[in-house]
Amino acid sequence: MSSLISLLVRDVRLAFRVGGGAFMGALFFLIVVTMMPFAVGPDLVLLARIGPAILWLGALLASLLALDRLFATDHEDGSLDLLMMGGMPLELAVAIKGIAHWLTTALPLVLIAPLLGMMLNVDLRALGWLTLTLAAGTPALTFIGLIGAALSVALRRGGLLLAVLVLPLTVPVLIFGVAAANAAITGPAPLGPAFTILCALSLASLVLGPVAAAAALRHGLE
Amino acid sequence: MELRADELTCSRGGREVFRGVSFNLAAGQALLVSGRNGAGKSSLLRVLAGLIRTVSGRLALEGGVPELTIAEQAHYLGHQDALKPALTVAENLEFWAEFLGTRCAIEPALEAVDLVRLADLPAAYLSSGQRRRLSIARLIAVPRPIWLLDEPTSSLDAPSQKRLAGLMHDHLGGGGMIVAATHGPIGLERARELKMDME
Repeated sequence: MSSLISLLVRDVRLAFRVGGGAFMGALFFLIVVTMMPFAVGPDLVLLARIGPAILWLGALLASLLALDRLFATDHEDGSLDLLMMGGMPLELAVAIKGIAHWLTTALPLVLIAPLLGMMLNVDLRALGWLTLTLAAGTPALTFIGLIGAALSVALRRGGLLLAVLVLPLTVPVLIFGVAAANAAITGPAPLGPAFTILCALSLASLVLGPVAAAAALRHGLE
Repeated sequence: MELRADELTCSRGGREVFRGVSFNLAAGQALLVSGRNGAGKSSLLRVLAGLIRTVSGRLALEGGVPELTIAEQAHYLGHQDALKPALTVAENLEFWAEFLGTRCAIEPALEAVDLVRLADLPAAYLSSGQRRRLSIARLIAVPRPIWLLDEPTSSLDAPSQKRLAGLMHDHLGGGGMIVAATHGPIGLERARELKMDME
């Protein structure tokens, strides 16, 4: 148990130190969403209609940003070897690293989402629900991304390959995320079946992501 | 406690690195693995550390803790130091001590490698010899019976090499085992030798 916590603390600490990736995703998210009204024009009705989609697309792209370094740095400095010798199953260590990554990159993004929603003329009453869909859906993005991050170590090629591998897998999350957000804004009840499916996607990737990522890492180390 | 390797064969990237490597190592003994570049010294250590699978052969630790794998009872000191530049010396060591073992005091380990003065310095500012010493401190902080050392004296100055030799003697004296890949003497006089040169 203490080794779980120490790994979580180390990764969170590293993200906030020099060269860490904390807040980078949130900043990128902020910039993408801020640029959108300039591109679309000051049409408030249109902005309100495509607002949830913009927020979700921004979140999707932002969550990819720091992902390719998640295992690559540990691989390059030899930490990954020792992580495998610790007595903790690699799947668990990978899951902990995923949680740390979510806490430092996706959570800030969720927290600033209400502010950005206002900029996109999202109905004030729906802001809370919209943020909730992001909170429920971003774990799926992070944990699907884990697989891509591990593969980019195994294939010794990061960056763009990661986006190409991961983005197609996140299509269901995007569909149900935007559907849940739209249901919250226009639908009869704020949380419909789309939100339930979004939660299911997050839970499933929480389980499957670490297993697949650990398998990719084991293969990549040989 | 005895480490037994029987006819180990390892291949990487479709090429056979070594074949038929056998040795026995009892508690308190050290094994120096020598051979030309590419003979498979590092690969043998990584096999023992459970980081590479063998093609064939058997590896067993008798008298160890049966619930743990050999890798979980071994320390691996590879070419990379497994240190994070953004963390301080103490934070780096503390993390590995907690992750690999149980919560324990790290001061004696820092003392053993003479890094107490630098405990609060970010590891980014360490010289390569100091980084090496910090990773050696990991072996002291968490007691594990098998030490797998890959070129342990590289980038260490003479006093540090002497200190490392002392630490290795203490480890062997306490019933530990050492397998070291090396090109030269590392200060273990009574160690056995395993030559990896095939053909």
